[in-house]
Amino acid sequence: MAQFLEALVNGISLGSLYAIIALGYSMVYGIAKMLNFAHGDVIMVGGFAVFILMVSNGWQPLLAVIAAMFICTVLGMLIERLAYKPLRGAPSLAVLITAIGVSYFLQNAAQLLWGANPKFFTILDYGNLTVHIGDSQFNISIGKLLSVAVSVAIMVGLSLFTGKTRIGKSMRAVSEDRGAAQLMGINVNATIAITFAIGSALAAVAGAMLVGVYGVQLSPTTGAMPGIKAFTAAVFGGIGSIPGAMIGGILIGLIEILVGTFVSTDLKDALTFAVLIVMLVAKPTGLLGKPMREKV
Amino acid sequence: MSLLSVTDLHVFYGNIHAIKGISFEVNEGEIVTLIGANGAGKSTTLNTVCGLLHPRSGQVVFNGENVTKNAAHQMAGKGMVLCPEGRRIFQQMTVRENLEMGGFTRAQGDLEGSMQNVFDHFPRLKEREKQIAGTLSGGEQQMLAMGRAMMSRPKLIMLDEPSMGLAPILVEQIFEIIRELHAAGATILLVEQNAQMALSIADRAYVLETGRITMSGEAGDLLQDDAVRKAYLGE
Ligand SMILES: Nc1ncnc2c1ncn2[C@@H]1O[C@H](COP(=O)(O)OP(=O)(O)O)[C@@H](O)[C@H]1O
Ligand SMILES: [Mg+2]
Repeated sequence: MAQFLEALVNGISLGSLYAIIALGYSMVYGIAKMLNFAHGDVIMVGGFAVFILMVSNGWQPLLAVIAAMFICTVLGMLIERLAYKPLRGAPSLAVLITAIGVSYFLQNAAQLLWGANPKFFTILDYGNLTVHIGDSQFNISIGKLLSVAVSVAIMVGLSLFTGKTRIGKSMRAVSEDRGAAQLMGINVNATIAITFAIGSALAAVAGAMLVGVYGVQLSPTTGAMPGIKAFTAAVFGGIGSIPGAMIGGILIGLIEILVGTFVSTDLKDALTFAVLIVMLVAKPTGLLGKPMREKV
Repeated sequence: MSLLSVTDLHVFYGNIHAIKGISFEVNEGEIVTLIGANGAGKSTTLNTVCGLLHPRSGQVVFNGENVTKNAAHQMAGKGMVLCPEGRRIFQQMTVRENLEMGGFTRAQGDLEGSMQNVFDHFPRLKEREKQIAGTLSGGEQQMLAMGRAMMSRPKLIMLDEPSMGLAPILVEQIFEIIRELHAAGATILLVEQNAQMALSIADRAYVLETGRITMSGEAGDLLQDDAVRKAYLGE
């Protein structure tokens, strides 16, 4: 029982991290209609930024995270402006290949700047919370709880932003029908740039959590695996759907930890993807993805 | 004075020469209609005027300004709006959100007034304000598309086949609303396959055939014209 609860809490916490990465994939897909393969590498840059600012420059964690968000936002907008915007209207395969190119570019630039040796980072240890249930007890890392709280705050904030604000609604309009949105006077290029800015800021937060809370070692390829998992989560939830990315992220995190705890650590990735495949066979648009409806 | 003036417009899709040098104008306060068979180039013309497509050559002058090279999103702010073929409302947004998007270029404070104006013309939309637009009936969706276009309080409204796919009673309603809009001072460029209805409501008309204007004149005269009656009124 205690083991199950512990796995549950860890799964939700890992899942909420996947969720905020998945939001970046899903929002960009919904609005720019492209898979930003370099998203995972922006996470890596965010991780390095936090690491360098805190370890080498002695910054406070919160300040370092805010600075990393700023750096990643600028980076994300630059990538969009220089690599993707010139390809607007090009075949999606060309855009996809460019995105893969950007991903390699970022990994190689990181290797050049910071070297290939993994760096460890164990600064944010906030201790543990011990929970007693009957005779048994288990520990929850306070850092992980904090990261869940931050993720939930981001999800609520983003839902309010897209649901209530003028710019947020215009993002939904662009994601539904780019041409019709233009006719309303909405600047599609500006909307796409804003989407990249938001997604990249979230990637920075994810990068900070990965290295600061989850103790993932930092190397130029650090962003790849969580990037793929979160992309899976975005597809699972229905790519393009914001609530879908959140639910997908949490489910993928839960499946990964529960399988890892009760079945086998070696099988956890394989089983996670197997669940994804079964899910997509049953519902090709993902959990909350909506098929396009035409009404005459 | 002419509000919209199009001169020698040529539009291509790749190698397909869809619009082959057309010229027409719309004067302030008029209803002008562009009629023609399916594939004649009516939608292409409207899409080019509003900047969704760009011509290979020719000129679009709106309100005294050359807007030929403008992007589509700049046109709403200048007072021109297209209510596109197939309505293209935002299906997953509410009726109210759709109207808000229509007023995207207006100051936030102006929105309520514009929305009230739309609800006066379409009381049905007021009843359905909070409903997801995709769940509306076809006729209601057309009303929403027109209401959304009115939200920016445009000088020129372009309507691309507003009667498409609607039951005759709804077609009557839609044309009644076009009359009302016109009476309230709107200038309208109307594209229709329903030539009978379009000619009976319009001041002037142009006939488009495979990318060329083959006839033009007072709508009433074209309605009496034998060739037009034969080709477009099924006689
Ligand atoms: N996206 C497109 N790509 C290629 N050809 C097109 C496209 N859209 C329209 N056309 C062609 O251009 C011509 C005019 O089409 P359109 O303007 O839609 O006609 P209408 O609105 O009068 O029915 C047609 O021959 C059509 O096949
Ligand atoms: Mg058409």
